Amino acid sequence: MTATSANPSMVETPGVAWRKQIRFALIGALSSVFIALAGMPVGLDGRSIIQPVLSMGFLSLLWVPFVMATLAGSEVVLEGMTARTRDSRDLLAGGIIGLGSAGGLVLLMVLIQNFNLRDPLVNWSPQLLNLLSFNRSLGVGALLWLLLGLILGVLGAAMHVLPKKLCSRIRTVVLSVLAVSVLETFLTDLLEGFGLEALTDFVYYKRGGLEVGGALLVAALALIIPLLVGTRIKDVKEQVVGLPAEERKRVNLILLAVSAALLLVLPFFLGKIANELLANVGLFVLLALGLNVVVGLAGILDLGYVAFFAVGGYTTAVLTSPNSPGFSPELPWPIALIVVVVITGIVGLFIGAPVIRMRGDYLAIVTLGFGEIIRLLFLSDWLSGWFGGAQGITNIPGVEVGIGTVKGTDPRSVFLLVLVFCAIAIYVSWRLENSRLGRAWMAIREDEDVAEAMGVNTTNTKLMAFVVGAVLASFSGAIFSAKVGSIFPTSFLMLVSIIILVVVIVGGMGNIAGVIVGALVLIGVLGGPKQPGLLQEFSQFKLLIYGALLVWMMLKRPEGLVPNVRRTRELHQEEFLQDAWLKGEIDTDDQEDLQ
Amino acid sequence: MLVLHLGGLRCKSTTVILGTAVATRRDAKPTSRVLWVDRFLTVIRIAFVVVIAFGLLAFIAQQIDPQNPLARWLNPDATGLTAPQFKGLLVTGLAQGAMYGLIALGYSMVYGVLGFINFAHGEVFMVGAMSGMITSNKLADAGLWEDAFLFCLAFVVITSILISTAVAVIMERIAYRPLRGAPRLIPLITSIGVSFFLQNVSVVLLGPGAKSYPSLPTWLSQKRSLLGFEIEGTKLVVLLTAAVSMAGLWFLVERTKTGKAMRAVAEDKEIAALMGIDVNRTIVTTFAVGGAMAGVAGILWGILFRSVIHTTGFLPGIKAFSAAVVGGIGNLGGAMAGGLSLGAAEATAPLVLLEPLGVDGVSQLRDAVAFAVLIFVLLVRPSGLFGERLSEDDRA
Repeated sequence: MTATSANPSMVETPGVAWRKQIRFALIGALSSVFIALAGMPVGLDGRSIIQPVLSMGFLSLLWVPFVMATLAGSEVVLEGMTARTRDSRDLLAGGIIGLGSAGGLVLLMVLIQNFNLRDPLVNWSPQLLNLLSFNRSLGVGALLWLLLGLILGVLGAAMHVLPKKLCSRIRTVVLSVLAVSVLETFLTDLLEGFGLEALTDFVYYKRGGLEVGGALLVAALALIIPLLVGTRIKDVKEQVVGLPAEERKRVNLILLAVSAALLLVLPFFLGKIANELLANVGLFVLLALGLNVVVGLAGILDLGYVAFFAVGGYTTAVLTSPNSPGFSPELPWPIALIVVVVITGIVGLFIGAPVIRMRGDYLAIVTLGFGEIIRLLFLSDWLSGWFGGAQGITNIPGVEVGIGTVKGTDPRSVFLLVLVFCAIAIYVSWRLENSRLGRAWMAIREDEDVAEAMGVNTTNTKLMAFVVGAVLASFSGAIFSAKVGSIFPTSFLMLVSIIILVVVIVGGMGNIAGVIVGALVLIGVLGGPKQPGLLQEFSQFKLLIYGALLVWMMLKRPEGLVPNVRRTRELHQEEFLQDAWLKGEIDTDDQEDLQ
Repeated sequence: MLVLHLGGLRCKSTTVILGTAVATRRDAKPTSRVLWVDRFLTVIRIAFVVVIAFGLLAFIAQQIDPQNPLARWLNPDATGLTAPQFKGLLVTGLAQGAMYGLIALGYSMVYGVLGFINFAHGEVFMVGAMSGMITSNKLADAGLWEDAFLFCLAFVVITSILISTAVAVIMERIAYRPLRGAPRLIPLITSIGVSFFLQNVSVVLLGPGAKSYPSLPTWLSQKRSLLGFEIEGTKLVVLLTAAVSMAGLWFLVERTKTGKAMRAVAEDKEIAALMGIDVNRTIVTTFAVGGAMAGVAGILWGILFRSVIHTTGFLPGIKAFSAAVVGGIGNLGGAMAGGLSLGAAEATAPLVLLEPLGVDGVSQLRDAVAFAVLIFVLLVRPSGLFGERLSEDDRA
């Protein structure tokens, strides 16, 4: 095959792939049954999305046929082929997938009625059966599910048949209704801060969820707002991009200043819960920014990152708390912080130096081992004279600043403190990314041997990544111990490292904005290892979702939600080359080489 | 044809990145000067050896006479270990080590063939232990467990092997196959996700609490004396089962066609494919065999500890990986030997090395000892005690 034969010859992709549809129907059935047995419908039934109509429990099942049908309908259009025109057969395929998914549930209902497997499967309960059959008889429930599945499946497939614009409208409306409902705690808090209780009372039902009227209002707004401003935002953006570099810089600076000012004012309009939530998110933003330096920029997979968080937290506790068992200088927090940064940096060097020469995957396991060793040491009786063992260290004072004390009981002050440190961390990461050191990190990430050949001192550079990551984590640890007021080894499980890793990967490795978005979405909505998020009902499922999300992201979008351009190119190098080759965009030099 | 072209392209692009014609021979690193990190590493290595030597010395001093000045100085409460105590520790360690060895086989085989750490392998082991718990409890409810114990045990082992094999194969199909050829860390991160997911699947399906196996018949848990060792029957069963499984695996890998295919794929995937070996099928077989071994290990865990929880797979998984590294990754005999030595080390080292040095609460530091062994081996002899067997590509 030569490059010329790859020139576009318009071929239409073949018709509906029925095998694929059947496979997706089976996957849909299995997922529905798994979700039902995992206890999501029953566990989440208490939280409603739209008050009497839809609860999160049902939503956890209803998305399956829709999404499966959409996924099954999407086809890769190869270079040189045109997308085929969709027809009613596609809708039929969607319907089959919907029926299949619902069929799984119906089968489960029949099984629950006739057998008792309560012993190993904790959610095999009559309660689940009642919920699934809408509190009616089995037959009625089964029929309703099949009907729902059919409708949702057809709708899912219709997403490919309907015109693109209409689909995106529908998507905005659905997503904004969902988002407004999920963000309820936060939005009510914010609106009450502005004295708009009347609005929240209209939109939200008293015990959670949107009122029907409220849902309609949100949907209408979601339809109208894009119509009004949609094109204008684009225009303004184009104008800004079109400006000369000097002026664009100024515009960016102004935007940055405005958003910083907004963020600083925001906590004063928020209540306790929302501030607490944002403070937790901020702590994880700090941790994730640190891990981003290690994993995202330098490409070192550190699974024991929690060790630095723990060292930061424990050092602060020992230095500031009067209850510290061994050594208790009771330093004020800002002075303690300096010591903490130095000590964590040294620990970073000590952990980094032995592992720096290992291959990437061994390094991951060994850092994980270090993380566990450090936790076990804090927990052990051997060092309990210093760190209190399982009893931990209590009575850690807050942070004394001129105007008042930052303490866990006053989440607003904690949020402001976290904000300051986040700003420092963001500035540091941003400057580092474009510095000589940052470029050296990225060179190592791409190819260590080549980087070394180009004169990068790989050992020192990698160690610097460890130290910078450790210091950022120690900020988070220091604030954490002042915020909580006591510190125990159970706060530093390996779980924390994994959750930070998920945040970095979902957000986008190597991208500051991505990491912040990841922390907001995951920690804010689902919650951290111990901290509740907006969806408190999800607490028993959040780790499951984190795991699934990590696998899914790695398989489908390893560059994350907000990708870094260079990282994306690295991860999809082959595809880029393939596309370029098919389009005939490769230099003549290369082509000579190919032949 | 297409693939070959792309292969050529990829080579081309590497040289483009290189820019100039710099030789990238891996074995010829340009730096010859001694960095401070190397000095530091030497210090750590020496420190490790000194602690071990000093601990042993103190142990010997304490064994000769707990009241002698050296032992008194290091640990005023030194009492010394009696021979039966030491033997007991050793047997416990070896039994656990045999279990680690069985799990380590899965890590080692997958690493040998695909060159990545299947972090979720510990969870396959947990699934084996969980399914054993469910079937054995069902059998006990039916009243069969006490009456026909051996039959029940065989049934439990077979179901658990089937289930964990299925989990391992599905895992490979869904999570790892699409990532073949991706950068090295990508499948590792994926496997961490899979591990996390499987743990929590167990939580949401079976509940978060610890679950126990039905009690074993007394004739099994009785102590027997063998070669001067007092061994509990359960530990004997564990050691025997591990030996039998190991023999079976050795036969499969060294004496059958499937094994030959596995070794060929481990050596070089592309050439194996050219020789007419179905690489995908061989990889699936590797995962299946590893899964089966983990299933057996799961039942052994159930027999030894009689309690299983969703996090059961995590620590044994990491320790088994350490065992695989200690024995030399990719080396099956090494994995078993590594497991046995790691088990013995983590059982005896706290009392033999740390207690005479005057460390309190040594039994809490068992897991830390296991990790320290891993770090020590990687620092002193990264290719493991018995040498690794990997293809040229994976030895990066």
